[in-house]
Amino acid sequence: MIRLMALLVAIVVALFAASLLVGPAKVSVADSLSALFAGDKGPLTLFMREIRLPRAILAAMIGASLGLAGAAMQGYLRNPLAEPGLIGVSGSAALGAVLAIHTGLSATFALGLPLAALTGAFLGVVLVMSLAGPRGTSLTLILAGIAISALAAAITSFVLNLSPNPFAANEIVFWMMGSLTDRSMTHVWLALPFMALGFAVLARLGRGLDALTLGEDAALAMGIRVDRLRLQLVIGTACVVGAGTAVAGAIGFVGLVIPHILRPLVGAHPSRLLWASALGGAAMLLAADIAVRVVLPGRDLKLGVLTALVGAPLFLHLILKLRRERI
Amino acid sequence: MVVWGLLVSQATANEAPERVVSMNLCTDQLAMLLAGPGQLASVTYIATDPRASAMAEEAKNYHINRGLAEEIFLLEPDLVIAGAFSTQATVAMLKRLGIPVVVFDPAYSMPDVRDRIAQMGDVLQRTQAARDMIDDFDARLRALSEEVTHSPRAVLYYANGYTSGDKTLAGEILTAAGFENAAIEAGYGSGGKLPLEVLALTDPDAVITGRPYPGASRSEAILDHPVVQDLREGRESGTLTDHDWVCGTPFVLRAIEALSTVRRDITGDGE
Repeated sequence: MIRLMALLVAIVVALFAASLLVGPAKVSVADSLSALFAGDKGPLTLFMREIRLPRAILAAMIGASLGLAGAAMQGYLRNPLAEPGLIGVSGSAALGAVLAIHTGLSATFALGLPLAALTGAFLGVVLVMSLAGPRGTSLTLILAGIAISALAAAITSFVLNLSPNPFAANEIVFWMMGSLTDRSMTHVWLALPFMALGFAVLARLGRGLDALTLGEDAALAMGIRVDRLRLQLVIGTACVVGAGTAVAGAIGFVGLVIPHILRPLVGAHPSRLLWASALGGAAMLLAADIAVRVVLPGRDLKLGVLTALVGAPLFLHLILKLRRERI
Repeated sequence: MVVWGLLVSQATANEAPERVVSMNLCTDQLAMLLAGPGQLASVTYIATDPRASAMAEEAKNYHINRGLAEEIFLLEPDLVIAGAFSTQATVAMLKRLGIPVVVFDPAYSMPDVRDRIAQMGDVLQRTQAARDMIDDFDARLRALSEEVTHSPRAVLYYANGYTSGDKTLAGEILTAAGFENAAIEAGYGSGGKLPLEVLALTDPDAVITGRPYPGASRSEAILDHPVVQDLREGRESGTLTDHDWVCGTPFVLRAIEALSTVRRDITGDGE
């Protein structure tokens, strides 16, 4: 276990460093690191601290939230298909963010943007969990997710098309696919408090989720208050997904792929899967964000494109596997 | 040039056109500047938008069209003026309906501006008015191109991080005002998307941005990024591109004039 954790931490640290050093502007490693730490090198320090650093921090933070939220939802619903992007939570968070930006709420009140996205994510989780039910099958969960995603995407596109700003309609892609291009420290500070709160809530769910693997009755007998667990899960997920989506758009499949890869390595214990998925998610999003800059520099390839290319085949594989097991 | 000559000779074989409809923002303005009384029947709705059009007030005196073939046909024009970027399907249909259409290319440089004025003069049979306008344009452009001892480095930076290189009208306005286009030295002379980090390292003396549209957008939010803010702070920050920059008309001289003032403020020249 310790070895897995050390390995994941090493990967995240290496990718974080790589993220700081990769980009369309060619700057030597020594120059960029000294500008970052020593400071006061004029434009180079500004460039490292306000462009590269926030980008790397956000990739790690958002990847960790998506991995953690995916692992927690899958543990609670005992369903490997539960993932914030697929079941419409990211989509409803994006809708909340778009409404905040285009009603002017985010301009008048600094925390308006993350709070609105959080509200959207909260409504999304509540809706999908009540539609699918506590013991809902994969099918109802995915159907509920598709319905919520489609509705949220439609309203988001509608709002953006209504905007008097000619650029707004082109931003539909950003809200659906997500990107970390040209983010700044402002966005880190916007997302950080909500994410920290969500991390704190989700990280404490481990014992309850472990107990829940034995069934709801057994968990109740062990003194786990399942309704409270559900509330914590909803709030925690809404916090991390809402804050992440508000600054980077909806990025799918991270919460699906990472728990799936790591589950066998942690002996299928939901509690261990939580922190492992957080680290794995951070690594995946950092890698994806490096890849978009290496593959098509300067074209702003969306992150969701890469995560979906990896995640969608896995999703199909999971569906086939579930079908074999059920029938 | 040859194609244009042929089109003109066809359109103007007989009399001067009496009912002209323009369906492009830039030809709208050239036509309004050069047409004789009652000659121009209609301009596009964009010509009434003060953000894009330098003649928004004048345009309100004309019938407004939205560039659709059926409405233009019903106006019964004896000549339609379109831009190279006008809808090809509309232009083709008008030609099929037997309406003479002249297509104007966009202007990418100062000589292009002169050519378009001359072309509009020929098309409207207002050659003398066009010749006067060109002489005036040349004289004012000469007066503006004073001796520049030191060229500050500037970058044009628009929504989504797009920039303009040297073979564009905006790039020509920039150099005509005595600036050096720093996007070229950064390797983005052909325009397109200039990554924010490249802009930060280019560290120009002035960042010239577009005027934001109403309503918020992420695309324009890049202009509020701390790096752009820092580059603009304490330097020339009131520099915005506006309707004078959009089209190859004599209004570009106004843009050059305004920008030259900015340059003198930076270098402390003149006065």
